[in-house]
Amino acid sequence: MNASVNNSPLIAVEDLHTYYGKSHILHGVTLHVGPGEVVGLLGRNGVGKSTTLKTIMGLVRPIEGSVRLGGQPITGLASHKLARLGIGYVPEDRRIFRLLTVMENLRTGLDRQGVTDARKQELLDKVFTYFPVLAERRNQAGGTLSGGEQQMLAIARAMMLEPKIILLDEPTEGLMPRMVSQIRNIVEVLHRDNVAILLVEQNVPLTLETSDRVYIMEKGAVRHHAAARDLKVDDAIIHQYLGV
Amino acid sequence: MELTAILYAIPWDQILIQTVNGIVTGMILALIASGLTLIFGIMDVVNFAHGELFMLGAYIGVVVLATTGNFWLALLIATLVVALLGAAIQIATLRPLLGRDPLTTILATFGVSLILQNYALWQFGPVARKIQEPFTGHFTLFYLEYPWYRIMIAGLSAAIIGGFWLFLKYGKYGIWIRATTQDREMAQAMGIPVPLVHTAAFALGAGMAAASGVLFGPLVGVNHTMGLDWVLKAFIVVVVGGMGNLGGSIAAAIFISLLEAYASIWVSPAQAVIVSFIVLILTLLFRPTGLFVPTPK
Repeated sequence: MNASVNNSPLIAVEDLHTYYGKSHILHGVTLHVGPGEVVGLLGRNGVGKSTTLKTIMGLVRPIEGSVRLGGQPITGLASHKLARLGIGYVPEDRRIFRLLTVMENLRTGLDRQGVTDARKQELLDKVFTYFPVLAERRNQAGGTLSGGEQQMLAIARAMMLEPKIILLDEPTEGLMPRMVSQIRNIVEVLHRDNVAILLVEQNVPLTLETSDRVYIMEKGAVRHHAAARDLKVDDAIIHQYLGV
Repeated sequence: MELTAILYAIPWDQILIQTVNGIVTGMILALIASGLTLIFGIMDVVNFAHGELFMLGAYIGVVVLATTGNFWLALLIATLVVALLGAAIQIATLRPLLGRDPLTTILATFGVSLILQNYALWQFGPVARKIQEPFTGHFTLFYLEYPWYRIMIAGLSAAIIGGFWLFLKYGKYGIWIRATTQDREMAQAMGIPVPLVHTAAFALGAGMAAASGVLFGPLVGVNHTMGLDWVLKAFIVVVVGGMGNLGGSIAAAIFISLLEAYASIWVSPAQAVIVSFIVLILTLLFRPTGLFVPTPK
């Protein structure tokens, strides 16, 4: 454990135990993400990375352990409340509302209380600048978009919530290289805007490049924790846990 | 020569009359089925109490009409009261059962339907009540004096369904309902208060059932079992139109009502009901996702 520990983490996950039915998936996950920090979560398939994100998002209830947002306990809160508190979620399979248009998909996050029309327009302009293709297809049904476009829409949709943190689950899975670099750009933009990101990825180089710190999971728990730049130098650890 | 004989044999006047009849019943049925399909689509709940909400709407219409003498007020109050009752029923019986085996929600709504039916019997007795239509004008349709009121029911039902469609398409809460219907979990992760949306959708469906009860009351008389026939037909329509598919349900309501209306030219109306079941069986055999549009999730 050679990474610097932030004094007041935005998200602090403590000893999380989660079950699906009878199978014990998370065996005491502990991690934290500081404000505006990009944190990578690496590990082989099935070690519980996605489940960690789902548990933070309130989609799965932990049996034990706690999640705090800005110091406040949020364990077990309904996910719509967590979304309003500033947690954005971009799931692994994107889960675009397929029969809703691009614009309607964005409106699911935009039509909140206390957002002025001017602010709504600003938020839309912002994502349309980064993802011009979404502006072109604003009246097209989400289900008709390509995989990469759906990924952009999923990220843009989460950005509509003006989140403090985005839980980003395998955003580059199955995308063409050109799309991957667009995803990398948007992660950097969010980073500049001081939005924290907890990034689950199979793409190790991308994760090491974009993240400040990295956690490596194995069998439902965090086994290793390091600054991304240290792992770039020393790939023995990557090799040991991920076999790449 | 033979062709003209056939053309003469076809009772064109009756066909036209039955077309009008079919459209009128079809619109009422569409109004009931829209609520049913909305509730199924969003919660995966088959609401067996839907016919009783229709019946209760009609009874509240009877009561309000008796005290105020105003049909339109009766329509409005019955809709609002039954919508509120629907919200209460959803919170008390369905919300705790969300995500359970569909059988539990079927039993729960069936229980609610028995309670409402027996409440109506206890409160209003077995004798059918009458709702006086708001106006009694007629126009001549061949040998018939056709009541304008029936045409108005069809128009008003179409207007309510149209308004409902616009709300779903463009309204903020309409988008919430559609998003929740497509992906409940993701909708919630986007900050949509899904439990509230479920309650609101149930209330909306209940209100539409009540409105159709009041509108249809003048044609059939109001009694505690009036919901049974209609809900059975509405279920057929919802299945034929594709479970949870609003446009399909509306099309199926009109389609089936027209078929029944035409069939009753040659057989008695009681036998004409068989046509609906034939369509249902054929649909289940050959197009189990619905007759009109495939229903992608």
